[in-house]
Amino acid sequence: MNDIAPAPFQKAAPDVSKALRGFIADVGPTVALSLESCVHCGQCAEACQFYVQTGDPRYTPIHKIELFKQTYNREMGPFSFAYKFFGLAPKLTQETLTEWQDLVYDSCNMCGRCSLICPMGIDIADLVEQTRHGMYEAGLAPSDFLGALAEKEHATGSPFGLTSEKFRDLLHEIGATHGVTMHVDEPTAEIVPTISSIDVKTYPGSMAAIAKILNHIGKPWSFRTDGFDADNVSLTAGDRAGQAAITQAIVSAVTACGAKILVMPECGHSFTEMRWEAANAHGKDLPFRVLQITELVAESIQSGAIRVNKISQTATYHDACQLSRRGGATAAPRVILAALGVDVRELEDAGDANWCCGGGGGVALIKRAQPLRDAAFAIKKKQIEASGAAIVYTSCSGCRQTLDHGGKAAGWNTSVGSLLELVADNLAARAAA
Amino acid sequence: MTLLSFARGPGMQVATLILIAGMFWRLSGILLLRRRVAHAAARNPFAVRLLGGAVTIFTRAIPRRTFWPRVGAGVVLNYVFHIGLFIVLFGGAPHILIIHEIFGVAWPDLPKGVIVVASGITLAALILLLVRRLCHPVLKMLSKPDDYISWLIVFMPIFTGILLSGETVAGYGALLAWHILSIEALMIWLPFGKLMHVALVFAGRGMLGYNFSRKGAAT
Ligand code: SF4
Ligand code: SF4
Repeated sequence: MNDIAPAPFQKAAPDVSKALRGFIADVGPTVALSLESCVHCGQCAEACQFYVQTGDPRYTPIHKIELFKQTYNREMGPFSFAYKFFGLAPKLTQETLTEWQDLVYDSCNMCGRCSLICPMGIDIADLVEQTRHGMYEAGLAPSDFLGALAEKEHATGSPFGLTSEKFRDLLHEIGATHGVTMHVDEPTAEIVPTISSIDVKTYPGSMAAIAKILNHIGKPWSFRTDGFDADNVSLTAGDRAGQAAITQAIVSAVTACGAKILVMPECGHSFTEMRWEAANAHGKDLPFRVLQITELVAESIQSGAIRVNKISQTATYHDACQLSRRGGATAAPRVILAALGVDVRELEDAGDANWCCGGGGGVALIKRAQPLRDAAFAIKKKQIEASGAAIVYTSCSGCRQTLDHGGKAAGWNTSVGSLLELVADNLAARAAA
Repeated sequence: MTLLSFARGPGMQVATLILIAGMFWRLSGILLLRRRVAHAAARNPFAVRLLGGAVTIFTRAIPRRTFWPRVGAGVVLNYVFHIGLFIVLFGGAPHILIIHEIFGVAWPDLPKGVIVVASGITLAALILLLVRRLCHPVLKMLSKPDDYISWLIVFMPIFTGILLSGETVAGYGALLAWHILSIEALMIWLPFGKLMHVALVFAGRGMLGYNFSRKGAAT
């Protein structure tokens, strides 16, 4: 990541008026209800890995969005006149914005575990996402590296500045290395897969795996070099314009070749963004389905379009928060693991109440957040070790990377694997199908 | 005009007006904001989403099992307080009488002894909740003047109610006046602070349940 220069806007003092506008720009009834409802019961703290591991009350989830709440109360809540007149909610200042930066970014994975416990039904993780909009506009996305990557993504469409030409070359190279037929920029296709930039940097084999699986399904498919990088670092940084630009490029590419299915890679946040937000940014229903790769594989296994060999293995599975709790795709990986005959030792709290690996929400991209990340990872580490499995699978490259790094630091014997690659390695021969 | 007749007459009228107007203002200020149309294809049809919202109103009342070791004590204390308050409010003979006068409905009252015990437990739970708020690092940090004002405003009717049932420190008329006035203070404060959760809790849980059912995600 050394080739990424810190974003120039980071050097300026935080812009208070931009933060203010960024906070309240998108407040509708759901967010307003959330901002009005907190009874200060403190339960959300007990669900959050950062409070649980450190005991520091600053990491209480609802406290992380305090500036957003104060701004809402002063500027647009039903009693904003009283808040202003009696000075009940302090004004935003450069100091408070700076003070809250680490709370809004470094210590929140946007994992939504707090949203699962709140007795008032407040989706705190969503409020953190809204808060990041204001922080980003103020110039407070941590530049090292989250903000810098988001800026590059905004400018080039890819956080690492991967161009269409380079991506095309890369795909052909991967195809040749892995002996798999690649379809790139076909004029028409039924299925269009996308990638995450972590795959490009760290797990290129996952692109070969997607190609293998799609070739096995046998429907016309194609990568598109005019919309391929679904990563959406902009989302976690809080850059709304960048976020919409990324999704719009993919929507246009998929629409251009008349595809019926957009396949999202092994990546959590890009899935929730594309599956649940892209159509809103697009302003109308999308003319295709959005499926995360595990959903496509699970559906295809159930319809008989994919046949896999049984393997004899004991493993555990780590749920990416954005796919399970936040995305509604908790069942798909289990369908796949069952079809493969894997003896799954589920982790404590597996599925909807799982704990984040510690790297979600862009925290993996904030250098100084390492100690916090490690503290959060410790929970996962303990659970994985307690499962007794020799391998942990996941379906998010971000989680995979965090587990890889954490495991290495801990001197693990447990290996970390991609569910997608496991399927690709165990496809039944077509003749047998 | 005596204090009691003020409390029963204009005091109650003003408090009722503020309660209704304030709640209406706050709820409409939230719910009438411009709603974003959700375009993403829902995993569940409208009826299932609605059901998800309705069910979540009940299921969110109890934390998932995995959370209990960390939040159990606070949850139980809060429930003791809320259930105690419910028993006193809807089981006490004088309260049922007033409800009958206003709404024309009535039900059998609970024995006075039960109400006395319930009031004592409710008051003790409320005091423990305050102690917890003052001692627990998270609650201490989160608490604002509203939390303490709301506490006092809930404490007073319970406290005056207990005094009233014993008729010890003053005459019946004076104690009744103070009891009614403390209830009116609660009615006046309710729309503006956290006590508004009496309404927001249903809206919040329902909205979350609906939105997450849309995604086919856990509520
Ligand atoms: S979303 Fe996750 S990390 Fe963020 S405050 Fe909530 S529980 Fe903590
Ligand atoms: S759990 Fe919900 S109501 Fe309780 S403090 Fe957290 S956000 Fe507020």
